[in-house]
Amino acid sequence: MNGIAFDISHMLAGFLVLLSFLMLYQVRLLPLLNVLAAHAFVLAMSVAWQAHTQDAPHLYITAAIALGFKAILVPMVLRRMVVRMGIHREIETVVGIGLTMLAGMALVALSLEVMLPLTAKAEPVVREDIALALSVVLIGLLMMVTRRNAVSQVVGFMSLENGINLAATGARGMPLVVEISVAFSVLIAFIVIGIFLFRIREQFDTVDVGVLDTFRGGLR
Amino acid sequence: MNLMAEAILAALPSWFDPLLGILLIPLGAAAILALLPGYRVSAGVNIAASLISLACAATMLIARPQSHAFLIVDDFNIVFILLNTFIAFTTSVFSASYIAHELETGRLTAWHLRFYHAMFQLMMFGMNLALAANNIGLMWVAVELATLTTVLMVGIYRTHEALEAAWKYFILGSVGIALALFGTILVYLAARPVVGEGLDAMVWTTLVAHANGLDPSLLNIAFVFLLLGYGTKVGLAPLHAWLPDAHAESPTPISAVLSGLLLNVALYALLRFKILLAANSAAIAPGPLLIGLGLLSLIFAGFMLYRRRDIKRMFAYSSIEHMGIIVFAFGMAGPLGNLAGLLQMTMHSLTKSAIFFTVGHISQVKGTQRMADMGGLTTSHPFLGWLLVAGVAAIAGLPPFGVFTSEFLIVTTTFARAPWLAVLFVFGLLLAFGALLLRLTDVAFGEVKGPAGPVSASYLPAVAHLTLVLAAGIWLPPRLVAWFEHVAAMLG
Repeated sequence: MNGIAFDISHMLAGFLVLLSFLMLYQVRLLPLLNVLAAHAFVLAMSVAWQAHTQDAPHLYITAAIALGFKAILVPMVLRRMVVRMGIHREIETVVGIGLTMLAGMALVALSLEVMLPLTAKAEPVVREDIALALSVVLIGLLMMVTRRNAVSQVVGFMSLENGINLAATGARGMPLVVEISVAFSVLIAFIVIGIFLFRIREQFDTVDVGVLDTFRGGLR
Repeated sequence: MNLMAEAILAALPSWFDPLLGILLIPLGAAAILALLPGYRVSAGVNIAASLISLACAATMLIARPQSHAFLIVDDFNIVFILLNTFIAFTTSVFSASYIAHELETGRLTAWHLRFYHAMFQLMMFGMNLALAANNIGLMWVAVELATLTTVLMVGIYRTHEALEAAWKYFILGSVGIALALFGTILVYLAARPVVGEGLDAMVWTTLVAHANGLDPSLLNIAFVFLLLGYGTKVGLAPLHAWLPDAHAESPTPISAVLSGLLLNVALYALLRFKILLAANSAAIAPGPLLIGLGLLSLIFAGFMLYRRRDIKRMFAYSSIEHMGIIVFAFGMAGPLGNLAGLLQMTMHSLTKSAIFFTVGHISQVKGTQRMADMGGLTTSHPFLGWLLVAGVAAIAGLPPFGVFTSEFLIVTTTFARAPWLAVLFVFGLLLAFGALLLRLTDVAFGEVKGPAGPVSASYLPAVAHLTLVLAAGIWLPPRLVAWFEHVAAMLG
């Protein structure tokens, strides 16, 4: 892979990590959904670039799914849901933002520290893509742990899944990538429909998952 | 015996492929069941489809189908496929009588049941595919499918608790399988320089053949992700939070399938990668990781068992305990440890689903799952009561049941090699034993509490399972033992 192609795929992967940090920072739901759309858009660009440089046309399908489904459709549906539920003005913080950002940085350092030596033998674009992808995955997990709102947990899960897509497309020639991205899209569609159909708002009066935890204790 | 096998083979048409049978029959049945109105017919079709799948799986014992890049039948998975289809069949029989009662009491409507039956077969398709997959990517997709269908089944009662359980299971399960996928990608990366780009680098048989050439450090980190990912679905201790809720809130046939089959399927996926690690001489031994998680699950679940009030929730914790025992056994490894683990997996599946069959009827008769509101079952409903006693005795590891044999094997092999680990292990076993005994005495004996009306139950599935477990405890056929030993050697 020549210089400029390498730089572009590198830049896109780095941008994805940056957007992940933006998600950690964003406590209002509607701007959070905007960041999610941007996240998925950058992923689509990155996948399309991989499809171009690896000369793997089937990856364009994955890119199209990322663009149409994850960057446009899901954020749009979630936005409508958030507005209809009337929670778009809510601010949620469980752990302080500064602390979360620090934890996020630690996770990025961790994934670079773990992955770079391991993939020393692999070609550079793969090794850095995988390390950055792991950062995105871990930050997504961090977001799911620190947020209590069902919608932002879904956003965390989707960013996690974007990280996995980045890893899968970065691994040159990996089979079944398209199938796996379709399977993930089905999963996400299920989650979104789940929130909507089960009308968590009606059932629980709020989408705050903390309220759902009434039954976990030892009394049952 | 051989004559009979040949006669059966001769009777089968040439286009017959049992491997496709165990996949296409559940898939086709799911499509038909989605269209069929009327729950009686659906329940019948459900039983018939499960029986045909079981028959297909049974023919694999006689003539093993050809493996290819996507599907495989080898010594390791054939018994799990057989077990899977067998328990699916007995569960469908139990489910027919269970759901009739749910319809009467109005907890489920006819529309729900249509959905339920279609999902049941779709779930079987997912699990059979996961067991028969020769491609680690395909295996992952199949586990995801099985997860999705069970999530829908867990939430089917639409109560506050059921939705909460489904949501928790959904989120934790999704994170789990996402991590497992990351591990799968890392395995591909480890294999790519050796096997080459493309499909071959994800085919399990190719991976094992080239195991020694795979990059050990990538393989190690991949296994950590796979352990966390599939381990969430197995229900290992720090990752188990979804399991008790899902078991307690789903319809009881689904609890039986979750405990008896789905946990096994996830563990099976993990064991496939353990074989890969064992075949690579430079990779870490996964033993300490498995032993640590196994002991933690066992002892944690042992303590948690004492505080349960809900009968299904209690047996869910017992499943966490047993998964801990099994993972511990595979962590000890060696011929004896692996053999005990395989045996325990089989015995636990049969026993735990039998217990859930019994508990399902008990909670229907008593109208509650709270153990405080049921009592004196052996007096009010002698057959159900004694069936529960037998089931709990079996799961607690009392002789002469099969669970005793495998737990005894684990204890002896551990004592010989790491005595202080054995002490912890036996402590965990006794802890769980005490809790189960304590609860059982309240529920099965003592004064009669709750309604004592007549019960319309199908005892056959539970009796069949417990008979098998009892038979295995008394006498294991030499052929089966030889087979288990062979697979144990594969697991390294």
